[in-house]
Amino acid sequence: MIQLSHLQKLEAEAIFIIREVVATCDKPVLLYSIGKDSAVLLHLAMKAFYPAKPPFPLLHVDTTWKFREMIAFRDETAARLGLDLIVHVNQEGVKAGIGPFASGSRIHTDVMKTQGLKQALDLHKFDAAFGGARRDEEKSRAKERVFSLRSPEHRWDPKNQRPEPWQLFNTRKHKGESFRVFPLSNWTERDVWDYIALENIQVVPLYFAAPRPVVKRDGAWIMRDDERMGLLPGEVVESRMVRFRTLGCYPLTGAVESEAASLTEIIAEMRSSRSSERQGRVIDHDGAGSMEQKKQEGYF
Amino acid sequence: MTALAKEKRSSGPAAGQVPANDSSGLDASGQHSLLRFITCGSVDDGKSTLIGRMLYEAGAVLDDQLDTLDADSRKFGTQGTQPDFALLVDGLSAEREQGITIDVAYRYFATEKRSFIVADTPGHEQYTRNMATGASTADLAIILIDARKGLLPQTRRHSFIVSLVGVRHVVVAVNKMDLVGYDETVFRRIVADYREATKSLGFASVRFVPVSARDGENVMRRSPAMPWHDGPALLPLLETIAVAPERQGEGGFVLPVQWVNRPNLDFRGYAGLAVRGRARVGDAVTVLPSGRASRIARLIGAAGEASNAAVGQAVTVTLEDDVDVSRGDVIVAASSSVPAGREMKARLLWTGERALLQGGQFLLKLATQSANATLEVLHHSIDIEGFRPVPAQSLRMNGIGFVSLKLDKPVIALPYQENRELGGFILIDRISNETVAFGFVEAAAGEADAGGVATGQLARLRQTLIRTVGRSGTPDRRLWLAAVSWRLLSTAGLFLAAWAVTEQVGISAVLALGDIALRPLLRRLHALLWRERADSALQDGAGI
Repeated sequence: MIQLSHLQKLEAEAIFIIREVVATCDKPVLLYSIGKDSAVLLHLAMKAFYPAKPPFPLLHVDTTWKFREMIAFRDETAARLGLDLIVHVNQEGVKAGIGPFASGSRIHTDVMKTQGLKQALDLHKFDAAFGGARRDEEKSRAKERVFSLRSPEHRWDPKNQRPEPWQLFNTRKHKGESFRVFPLSNWTERDVWDYIALENIQVVPLYFAAPRPVVKRDGAWIMRDDERMGLLPGEVVESRMVRFRTLGCYPLTGAVESEAASLTEIIAEMRSSRSSERQGRVIDHDGAGSMEQKKQEGYF
Repeated sequence: MTALAKEKRSSGPAAGQVPANDSSGLDASGQHSLLRFITCGSVDDGKSTLIGRMLYEAGAVLDDQLDTLDADSRKFGTQGTQPDFALLVDGLSAEREQGITIDVAYRYFATEKRSFIVADTPGHEQYTRNMATGASTADLAIILIDARKGLLPQTRRHSFIVSLVGVRHVVVAVNKMDLVGYDETVFRRIVADYREATKSLGFASVRFVPVSARDGENVMRRSPAMPWHDGPALLPLLETIAVAPERQGEGGFVLPVQWVNRPNLDFRGYAGLAVRGRARVGDAVTVLPSGRASRIARLIGAAGEASNAAVGQAVTVTLEDDVDVSRGDVIVAASSSVPAGREMKARLLWTGERALLQGGQFLLKLATQSANATLEVLHHSIDIEGFRPVPAQSLRMNGIGFVSLKLDKPVIALPYQENRELGGFILIDRISNETVAFGFVEAAAGEADAGGVATGQLARLRQTLIRTVGRSGTPDRRLWLAAVSWRLLSTAGLFLAAWAVTEQVGISAVLALGDIALRPLLRRLHALLWRERADSALQDGAGI
């Protein structure tokens, strides 16, 4: 009898979910957000269809405020794997001058991320979108199904979700409805890093500690990635050894001071950490239930 | 920093020593052991509070989350200025507003001995389907009972559903002991009541722990308030409890085909998750329901090209012959018996808003197979408080019934007790697309439909034989022959050596035969000596 390890079980489950989408949906897409979870998701998709390539493109909803290293990594990854990459920017938002500094995190995230995502899904008529979200990230995500049904307006109805017994997914939907699918639902942050180490998966270098130009703002270390970030009175740019536990728009993502420059060190640091990975995410702290609110509006 | 976070940092039971998500606890095979469990019980029994308390005690609630909890407790909490641990798990706004759990929430935590996936399930009858969902993947169920109220109808319903979906181990947590003055007689009465009520459900083990989830009594460590309780506290019990090993490895290889991978003319692979047995390259297989025979040419697992594959793995196989295979077909070892039929007897847990009526038509989904199903007969419903069959014309939401289904094409299925993947199904309403029932196959009729499927005593005997010696021409048979020839050679060697020394044929023969007979016996005794010891109370009836 071959006994599968915990990670092997998670891997098999995720591959099964990815294949189930391709077998039952018309036009899937993988929402590639460039972070570590996306990296694992993409790696699993490559496995699921080997020796063929994944029969769906990658979609990146670019808010135009991502770290430059993320964009470089994104383009390099798509080229290396030979996959189609669709980059979508909400041009209306750009025209209206929306940005984290000008409009605040809430409006910026809504317009550039949530609305941008909905535009892209509608434009290309995707009926299923993979995301790398995990249930351990946040309380309302813990209630999310693996196959999360969205209305034609992309709304999530948390009170009326389909039951998902065993690994049996009801993949039926009406015209216009779509699924958000989360193959990493049952993974924890720890599982993700263990798997990255085990499978030697490439991730954006921002996860590893290095001296970076940062500014202390509202109690968080914000990396000044380009000139668009003006300095407030009294603020100075310092060079500090920092790294990121999650990656998003650079003005909204707090760095942690760390010496962890390798996977082993990151995993060791995480094991002794007393704060959650999303602590550095400004958008999660816009009030209790704010993630749920965003999800209902169509956010991943 | 808030008071709660401060207390946690300085004197919290696990802070610093047992980081969240630690996985240093390894089981005998060198792997981290995982326990999947659910909590269930009636409304307001304190399920979410208990899970929140366990997460906190296990050190899985991090500082920023504690700060949020402090703030939330003041806003939504039901515990005055005290932290309301239920708010750690009740993640939906509607749940926080109403102070109840609506949907199943999955949480992940670890102690130094074990890691856990816990499904917190709703207590309201209205949300029973969400509770059943949580139970469908659980190894163990914690059933909460409010010490003040004793057994409620919902306790019996949940116990029944837990047994229906195949959870074999139950821990009854008698909660709110603080509100009955930690009275032992209250606890003893509930223990007796529960045993009496559930004796027909066939659980492998039932354990009882008196707790106060709010105050953390008997959660992480034994409570000084209840010295009369001689068992372990709840978390230590969960850390050590042995759940019956999965039996799905038994029987021949079964692969429901999920997707046909055909990137070019040279490659045609059949991808899916193996749900039983194991396979090797070269094995003879049958494709059901067509009954076409072939052999496995290549096996591709998650780690790439492989020589074998086993239950639980996501694989892609190619066959030596060009046979027609599509999604919904099932590839099985040629030696195995998996029946296919157009009729099915099953138990249903009805989850639809509208009642089930005789003649209803649905889409059935079982593993990767889909078929149109008609409800031919609703034999009876099951009174899930008294666990008795009662005559019924229809099934209402959350009702359980025993039915016969007629299918528009052969479906390959096994009884749920034998195999969850090939025995569990859902029914989908063809107009609303809602999942309206969970199904549990009792017996798949029309076994004769399947090509070359063996039935009866003789066939079973033959299969047992084949499992032992392998099919001719397969690597299994070679392995068996190799083992036999090695045993004969070593016996002959011993005989010759003994004869050379003693020159007595009789003594040499006894020694050699003794070697044949005694060695397996000694090996078994030795294995017994080194077997991992399960909790002794679990041994009775656990089938371990």
